[in-house]
Amino acid sequence: MSNPDIYLDYQATTPLDPRVLERMMPYLTTKFGNPHSTNHSFGWEAAAGVDVARPQVAQLIGADEREIIFTSGATEANNMAIKGIAYAQYPAKNHIITAQTEHTCVLESCRALERSGFQVTYLPVDNQGLIDLNELRDSITDKTALVSIMAVNNEIGVIQDIAAIGAICRNAAVVFHTDAAQAVGKIPLDVTAMNIDLMSISGHKIYGPKGIGALYVNEECPVRPLALFDGGGQERGLRSGTLSPALCVGLGSACVLAEQDMTQDAAHISMLAHRLKDKLQSALPDIQINGSEQQRYAGNLNITFDHVKADQLVKELRGIAVSAGSACSTEKVEPSHVLTALGLRKKKIDSSIRIGIGRMTTESEIDQAAHHIIHTVQKIRNLM
Amino acid sequence: MVQNSIYLDYNATAPIKPEVIAEVARVMEIGGNPSSVHNRGRIAKAILEKSRQSVARMINCRPQKITFTGGGTEANNIAVKSSGAQHLILSETEHDSIRQSEGHFSGTVEILPVNATGYVTPDNLSKALTAAPAHTLVSIMLANNETGVIQDIKALAEIAHAHGALFHTDAIQAFGKIPLDFRDLGVDMMSLSGHKIGGPQGVGAFVALEKLTITPLIFGGGQEVGRRSGTENLAGIAGFAKAVSLIPQNLQAMDRLADYRNRIEQTLMAHTDQVKFFGQNANRVGNTTTILMPGVLSETQVMAFDLAGICVSSGSACSSGKVKPSHVVSAMGGSHDEALSTIRVSLGWNTTEDDVTAFIEAWKKLFDRKHKG
Repeated sequence: MSNPDIYLDYQATTPLDPRVLERMMPYLTTKFGNPHSTNHSFGWEAAAGVDVARPQVAQLIGADEREIIFTSGATEANNMAIKGIAYAQYPAKNHIITAQTEHTCVLESCRALERSGFQVTYLPVDNQGLIDLNELRDSITDKTALVSIMAVNNEIGVIQDIAAIGAICRNAAVVFHTDAAQAVGKIPLDVTAMNIDLMSISGHKIYGPKGIGALYVNEECPVRPLALFDGGGQERGLRSGTLSPALCVGLGSACVLAEQDMTQDAAHISMLAHRLKDKLQSALPDIQINGSEQQRYAGNLNITFDHVKADQLVKELRGIAVSAGSACSTEKVEPSHVLTALGLRKKKIDSSIRIGIGRMTTESEIDQAAHHIIHTVQKIRNLM
Repeated sequence: MVQNSIYLDYNATAPIKPEVIAEVARVMEIGGNPSSVHNRGRIAKAILEKSRQSVARMINCRPQKITFTGGGTEANNIAVKSSGAQHLILSETEHDSIRQSEGHFSGTVEILPVNATGYVTPDNLSKALTAAPAHTLVSIMLANNETGVIQDIKALAEIAHAHGALFHTDAIQAFGKIPLDFRDLGVDMMSLSGHKIGGPQGVGAFVALEKLTITPLIFGGGQEVGRRSGTENLAGIAGFAKAVSLIPQNLQAMDRLADYRNRIEQTLMAHTDQVKFFGQNANRVGNTTTILMPGVLSETQVMAFDLAGICVSSGSACSSGKVKPSHVVSAMGGSHDEALSTIRVSLGWNTTEDDVTAFIEAWKKLFDRKHKG
């Protein structure tokens, strides 16, 4: 009962950085105009917020500001990229390549395309969580409309070789999209150097607000995605609807801070992750870290505790917020498709939790969390 | 400069109410993903569901009917594209987010005219429905964004249902201006927006009967009962719900705003018989007037008012740089020149009598300069 309140679920959502909120507040209060009201000063001032934010987002990924389309979040961006690019080339091209370990919204978008007559190749991953680049190359045909491979996995933190994938796609003249919701601001990304045509970005995974994200669309990409929403023609016709300057400014500020703090955040998070891992491993030597330990974002530890039900562990940890699988809609009880793709047996999957470490996590929180996790795991095992 | 400006463009976006700002900031600081099962997630989930209940209560429907979206445009797009309709009937005065979907709608589309008053007539709808194929959707807005004209949605929805068609209403501009009762209107689907009622931008709602099969526009984690995936904009939704809970204040203020609006119209009519107000004879929301100043392009008018420190708009505020005649004015029988020379003035919760006086004086001055100078 007396467990401390410690947040270790940074892949589900991150706390809003107070510096971001501070920059958003003027756009909620005095600069409230409709950014698309082009004929008066309230509109201009609101538009100015959007105009400041756009290059900030672009800068972080090495894009041009004209290539940033604001959306309501990464899920919308992923839907727009995948369905928009697919339908734009249909029926000349009717094949999509993605990975089995993608985020649900990517997989569901692909399944929706399958119902509309597309062929989808779901690339398997090895036991480290990585796709085989040769297999990717061999899967591309002249019917392939799109390759969509995520940068950092949301459940296990594994980093795919985006630059190599980008090069393969560019050589084959296939459009390449990456869901970078978990990667942007955490690892260096450069859309030009990595040959990325479309990239999905989320605000609330990088200490920005919920309800905002962006889709990067390469100006030089020969295919333009079709819009999901039609209307006033905002965002260069790709995404109609009134933008929220406050949310755009929030995303922009989060990107500025991410770039500014990236090295420092990475060092801090990596140090804490090692500390936690060392503590857990020395007390519980049989635990297994899921996914590559080399090609990995340090702030995501997916761990199997044999003979411990993850649901029970999460529940008994109470105030210590960790997760069993990804945070999508709640009622689902299917085993993680990501761990399944890694080849884990159901029993192992049911005994795995995700621990997410972030910018605001402290050493003392890690020590307390380690203590409670070890204690709780031992307690559950002893009861069996 | 903006601090001293007079804002009369509430139909484009309304200033956020202070109570809403406080709520948005509060929830932003709480954080949490409503789909997480731990304590922090459950707190977020509770905020989400409480917000849904507040909105549901205000529009008299069950909370399960409400899907939170990224705004009104998305809600309108869901209605048109996701309900499985193969034939779409809409009115000539619909918002772009309905009209533009015409080109992207997978089935056939029929556009109904409005009469000079601004109404879709029951006869026209009946005729269209009689000739319509199965799986028809009718989409007619409740209150028009440019003129404020209120359609008799209850009667129109009854006609649609008598022909076996589905009915959607875009209630974005009506919400907070007239009492809104989903059950009483008898529609199948309805769209709402946060930032038109003093809530934040970036949030809206799609309200629909549970029995409808909605093929989502956004697939993913299955949030919002599968109708709209993606982590919810929790602070935005909580702010929206707060704004909704303040709607009784808006409605109370509407008589005052209607007095202001009528004063504008009467004073300008007394000043010149060349002025014209589109939708003046219709049942209208109290805060809106569409004013024709003959011979002066709406863009010129809007700029002139802005220089005088007054924000009004030429038609609706959508994508930038468009100088197009108002399709709403044209639909109501306005000439091409008239459609190019009308502005929209829309009042709201923070509008004062002095604001209205300043507008009237500025209008007269501009008119006199163009016509008597």
